[in-house]
Amino acid sequence: MSELKSNIPEGPLADKWTQHKNDINLVNPANKRNIDVIVVGTGLAGGSAAATLAELGYNVKTFCYQDSPRRAHSIAAQGGINAAKNYQGDGDSNYRLFYDTVKGGDYRSREANVYRLAEVSGNIIDQCVAQGVPFAREYGGLLDNRSFGGVLVSRTFYAKGQTGQQLLLGAYSAMNRQINRGKIKSFNRHEMLDLVLVDGKARGIIARDLVTGEIERHAAHAVVLASGGYGNVFFLSTNAMGSNVMAAWRAHRRGAYFANPCYTQIHPTCIPVSGDHQSKLTLMSESLRNDGRIWVPKKKEDAIAIREGKKKPTDLSEDERDYYLERRYPAFGNLVPRDVASRAAKERCDAGFGVNKTGEAVYLDFSSAIERYGKEKAFTSGHKNPSKEEVIKLGKEVVEAKYGNLFQMYEKIVDQNPYETPMMIYPAVHYTMGGLWVDYNLQTTIPGCYAAGEANFSDHGANRLGASALMQGLADGYFVLPYTIGDYLSKDIRTGKIPTDSPEFDQAEKDVRDRMQKLMNGSGQHSVDYYHKKLGKIMWNKCGMARNAKELQEAMDEIAELRADFWANVKVPGTLDSKNAELEKAGRVADFLELGELFAKDAFTRNESCGGHFREEYQTPEGEALRDDENFSFVSAWEYNENPREAKLHKEQLTFENIEVKTRSYK
Amino acid sequence: MKLTLKIWRQENAKAKGAMKTYQIDGIEGDMSFLEMLDVLNEELINKGEVPVEFDHDCREGICGSCSLQINGEPHGPDRLVTTCQLHMRKFNDGDTIVIEPFRATAFPVVTDLIVDRTAFDRIQHAGGYISVNTSGNTIDANSIPVNKHDADDSFNAATCIGCGACVAACKNASAMLFTSAKVSQYALLPQGQVEAVERVENMVRQMDLEGFGNCTNTGACEIECPKGISLENIARMNREYLSATSKG
Repeated sequence: MSELKSNIPEGPLADKWTQHKNDINLVNPANKRNIDVIVVGTGLAGGSAAATLAELGYNVKTFCYQDSPRRAHSIAAQGGINAAKNYQGDGDSNYRLFYDTVKGGDYRSREANVYRLAEVSGNIIDQCVAQGVPFAREYGGLLDNRSFGGVLVSRTFYAKGQTGQQLLLGAYSAMNRQINRGKIKSFNRHEMLDLVLVDGKARGIIARDLVTGEIERHAAHAVVLASGGYGNVFFLSTNAMGSNVMAAWRAHRRGAYFANPCYTQIHPTCIPVSGDHQSKLTLMSESLRNDGRIWVPKKKEDAIAIREGKKKPTDLSEDERDYYLERRYPAFGNLVPRDVASRAAKERCDAGFGVNKTGEAVYLDFSSAIERYGKEKAFTSGHKNPSKEEVIKLGKEVVEAKYGNLFQMYEKIVDQNPYETPMMIYPAVHYTMGGLWVDYNLQTTIPGCYAAGEANFSDHGANRLGASALMQGLADGYFVLPYTIGDYLSKDIRTGKIPTDSPEFDQAEKDVRDRMQKLMNGSGQHSVDYYHKKLGKIMWNKCGMARNAKELQEAMDEIAELRADFWANVKVPGTLDSKNAELEKAGRVADFLELGELFAKDAFTRNESCGGHFREEYQTPEGEALRDDENFSFVSAWEYNENPREAKLHKEQLTFENIEVKTRSYK
Repeated sequence: MKLTLKIWRQENAKAKGAMKTYQIDGIEGDMSFLEMLDVLNEELINKGEVPVEFDHDCREGICGSCSLQINGEPHGPDRLVTTCQLHMRKFNDGDTIVIEPFRATAFPVVTDLIVDRTAFDRIQHAGGYISVNTSGNTIDANSIPVNKHDADDSFNAATCIGCGACVAACKNASAMLFTSAKVSQYALLPQGQVEAVERVENMVRQMDLEGFGNCTNTGACEIECPKGISLENIARMNREYLSATSKG
């Protein structure tokens, strides 16, 4: 096992980033015009990186599988974005945001990266407001904030339940400005199928035009992967249907290490699964936990009566309800971090207190909030003795203003009115903290290949706090990567154009064509979805919210078997040279079938519980996660092996110099 | 539920398309419209036929990928939803459902139910931004207070998902609602004032170049818009345009 070099700059924590920026090499503006950069993915990280790189003067090519950069899945982020602005005067600071993030990640992230993230967070808000992002405001005209899980301050900026949309459209607008200047060429409906290395450096990609099926070669001096997470390895997740790991996995196959694949976030508040036909799951923003109270019936017979439709939740009085988060974690209550909230819901449902037909749902109830807001509103509008009806009416208006679009979405999907009856929610796969291993400069183990946003592993440790994904994506893209990549590119000012007719491009293109032909050559027994759903079941049952050595071992065997079956028997209709959704899916599922096994291997190897990784063998008597800092305070970075369970482990030891490592407590 | 589907099939942009009829059974009310199409496609694949191509991605009503003209209406009969959030409980056993791509000169068919909406991107390239560098060296976010009503109206305009339902609903295939939503978002904010004149001129010019039709105020776009973007935005854009062009 070799040690990985994280290239963290020397010096005190708070000075590292500034000092590093002063020390690294720059590329002069005239030379930037001769340097090409490829950005794969146009979400918050990719879109913002592309815009900034183009603005600095580099020639940028962007790639996305969607028909427009604006549709990247960052658009679906709901709740908000964190920033240590301390506009509320509640004691927030860069250090506090840093501390909360490291603690929330269960002490499995890199201190220097997280501090940098906190340090640039305030700039993100300034930048977005300057771009015309319409954040929520108070009546005085200043920006409003709300609270998210795992913290004790209000530092989350938001735009109703559509914060991701507004931020992504902001990054898209910055891209558009550069497209209009000719500095960005955007290749939409294109998918990266391989990374091309020349002399050990990333020098381009092979991409497929998804409409014509044409295989294209694109060269550049550096390649940035901002292609998102791999939650769809579970089939059912809150990711978009097309979200995939292909770009990152192709880089992994070419030598980039993949870090911490088992760190997956199962989000506590999603709409429960309704049946076998389900194609994806829908999140209900964590911001709802600001005002919603989570509960199940105290008595099992009530839970059974509700499941059988003999009782309604509103029939149960206050003392017949178990607000289990408030009971177990009085200090943080309903705002405990996501991993804790998810496990608590699973614990109650496993114990037989679930409230929908499948027994896998808990309530998220807004009646107290409606009453509280209604009273406040009546009071401030001069009604000092309002009637109950008046209070409820006013309260519903306030809740609608805050969460209207989320309530509407819930009603459309479930066909129940959440203003009248509590929402039903259950945990679902939402985000992956693991990803390509990167150093402090966001460079992978392949020189010239960078990873940003959810595609890298960097900042969230074993569990991500709410409203931190948007922060990280934009921090990486606007403020970190465009500068650190300059240090690398400064050595390329005399390189000249990278040719695409080299033997390396020939070989990579041939590999891609062979692989696609192989996908088309399956015996044709089962559709791609058949395999994807099977993989998802294995992942959810054996690598989900609770894991153990025996089942992880089984998962590895089952996935390997499924993968062999897939390559022999998959059915891909249509042709190679046309729009072919099944072919696209097949390529993605093939990669998930390798990643899934590595995921299980990683979880199997990590003999401790931390954040989203909960091993049943390692828990406290109260059922809380039990870390093993002595033996597992490291990042697992895996070197590719076509037999994923044989992948080679490299460790990056984590050191904590500015934070005292403690047992996480939200009690 | 048992349904008859009449679906537009077209091999590629140049091929001649036609409606094709399919029978489908076992559809449940809790399925979304796209999950119903998933069921159909799974059957077609198992029968060795080529599945129906359609655009979709987030399946939670926000990415704007999904489209479809369902029984003559963009995103189908329900209001304020995209096709991915339309559920089969809105239909009855035995129904015949006609499914076509969005129809407009500026949205050519790519294949089956997929259309090319890059004309929308080009309208945004022409001026859908504020020219601020992404250096982060701007002024503090709270240094310019914005009236809450303006901020809220700006936000409401900015919630457009760029799906193209407004164009598909309009008898003139006009893109006024889409374009005006972006113009309005910036026109309502102090940050957007500096470039207001160039922005509206450039965006409207590009909109016309793309071959979208004119607005005759029928209001169909507002009714079919899954995000409830208001016609007021068109009025605002007209004012902005008039004042920009009269400034010369």
